[in-house]
Amino acid sequence: MADPIVVAEGLRKSFGDVHALRGLDLSVPRGTVCGVLGPNGAGKTTAVRILATLSDPDAGHARIAGHDVVREAGRVRTSIGLAGQYAAVDEKLTGRANLRMFGRLYHLSRREAHRRADELLERFGLMDAADRRVAGYSGGMRRRLDLVTSLILRPEVLFLDEPTAGLDPRSRGEIWDSVRGLVAEGTTVLLTTQYLDEADRLADDIAVIDHGQVMATGTPDELKAAIGDRLDVVLEDPAALRPAATVLNAVAGSDPTMTGADRLSVALPGGGFRLADIVRELDRAGVDAADVRRRRPTLDEVFLHLTDRKEPVR
Amino acid sequence: MTALTPPMIRLRWTFTDGLTLVGRELGRLRQEPGQLVAMLIFPAVMVVLFGYVFGSAIKVPGGGDYRAYLMPGLFSMVTFTAVMTLTVRVAVDASRGVMDRFKSMPMARSAVPFGTTGADLLVGLLSLAIMVGAGLLVGWQPHRGLLPAAEAFLLVMVLRYALSWVGVYLGLVVKNDGVADQLVPLFLPFTMLSNAFVPTDGMPGWLRVLADWNPVSALTAASRELFGNPGAPSGDVAWPLAHPVAAVLLWSAALLVVFVPLSIRTYQRKGR
Repeated sequence: MADPIVVAEGLRKSFGDVHALRGLDLSVPRGTVCGVLGPNGAGKTTAVRILATLSDPDAGHARIAGHDVVREAGRVRTSIGLAGQYAAVDEKLTGRANLRMFGRLYHLSRREAHRRADELLERFGLMDAADRRVAGYSGGMRRRLDLVTSLILRPEVLFLDEPTAGLDPRSRGEIWDSVRGLVAEGTTVLLTTQYLDEADRLADDIAVIDHGQVMATGTPDELKAAIGDRLDVVLEDPAALRPAATVLNAVAGSDPTMTGADRLSVALPGGGFRLADIVRELDRAGVDAADVRRRRPTLDEVFLHLTDRKEPVR
Repeated sequence: MTALTPPMIRLRWTFTDGLTLVGRELGRLRQEPGQLVAMLIFPAVMVVLFGYVFGSAIKVPGGGDYRAYLMPGLFSMVTFTAVMTLTVRVAVDASRGVMDRFKSMPMARSAVPFGTTGADLLVGLLSLAIMVGAGLLVGWQPHRGLLPAAEAFLLVMVLRYALSWVGVYLGLVVKNDGVADQLVPLFLPFTMLSNAFVPTDGMPGWLRVLADWNPVSALTAASRELFGNPGAPSGDVAWPLAHPVAAVLLWSAALLVVFVPLSIRTYQRKGR
């Protein structure tokens, strides 16, 4: 990991009795997308707020492009952009007026602010709506305007805190395309999300966090490989669920997850499993399997595995 | 910002950024002319309700037209709307992430509170002008000449500016536009508990003390005196009513001394 542009070491933050961060470490190489993945309350937003200078850590420190987020907050602010879970713009103004206003607040000259606003509206497909009030925008357009607003200064590092939460699939796709375009130009992106497919599609590296700590890091493939393949079994008769679960537990060494009324899924740690053996074991226990399939885990399963939120068969 | 920025440049940016935020308010007014209509409706309703409905049963102390007595009270009432307008506005910005965006930007740190209160001055001038128009329509007018009238309007704006800082502070503390909206109804009894609509003489003793010391009363008394409208206090009255101009200036100074630093500190304090 040469030249990390975002570095966090041992970040801690508590709100009263709630320990939002308990020693969070993060390192994002320049020009990559880091997906911070975690369930609600895992500490994602707290981490982003500290990195974006909105909040100070109780302990630990963080640097953006070499500048400390607490001691050199002013310098950090010139090199970051933040787009969040809201459309943080003035809904009563037009899209164009918003971009011009924020451009001026970024200390661009009047002419430069106007030019930059037009450039961004054009590039992100908002020109048609430029002179309409944001209050009349769709959810996707608002979020795109929010993203665009954070790009006015061409930030080196862009923080996206759940940028597509609550958006329809098409709008999500548009945000993803925008993010890919920015990364292609060299922007570093730190993206928090609860959507595993989002992390899978956008992130070069993923940090799975829970309870304010990083549980695992790696590329999506590495994370999937780390927990091993999965075995999915579909039963002819749902009544055979319990004996089937017993067999799978014996073979794989862990409790299978019930993924439907008539289906089970279990992790296969390490190699050395033969599909034929498993089918034979099921047959011996009198379980009629309609389908037995071995596959790579989804990021979903990696996530559930790492954040320990399984739902074993009882 | 950082220690790298010399103080003079920082001050210039505070001013420039503040102006940009005033421009934001102008843009909103242009986008929403409805807001101006709302500003017109409020005084019209108040003039009709108090000037013609309740006023028909209220006797002005020392004689005189009730509507001429009422208008300075309505000017005060409109002045005090600054508190709730700004509480709601700032709370909306805080709850929608706009405040966070400002804070994550390399802009001057005190520009947001200064710009917000500066923008309210503009709104205040506009709503005062509308109110004056409504007053002239129903027969109110200043009787003591241009200079005292100008002094009265100046007092109104000075107090409004001080009150807008209270609004900014409340908005920053509340941070939630739902809660801010719920605070709005509290505003009505506060302005009514004064000499704005009825003389305070008839109130029970303890209530009268509250009403006499309410800044709404001081501003109303000062306007009545400077406009030469009926109901100017006479005889043995509470200090703020005997010296209303001084009382308004003292109130304004006190509010500014307390709420300017408080608002700026609260804005700059890092949150969750």
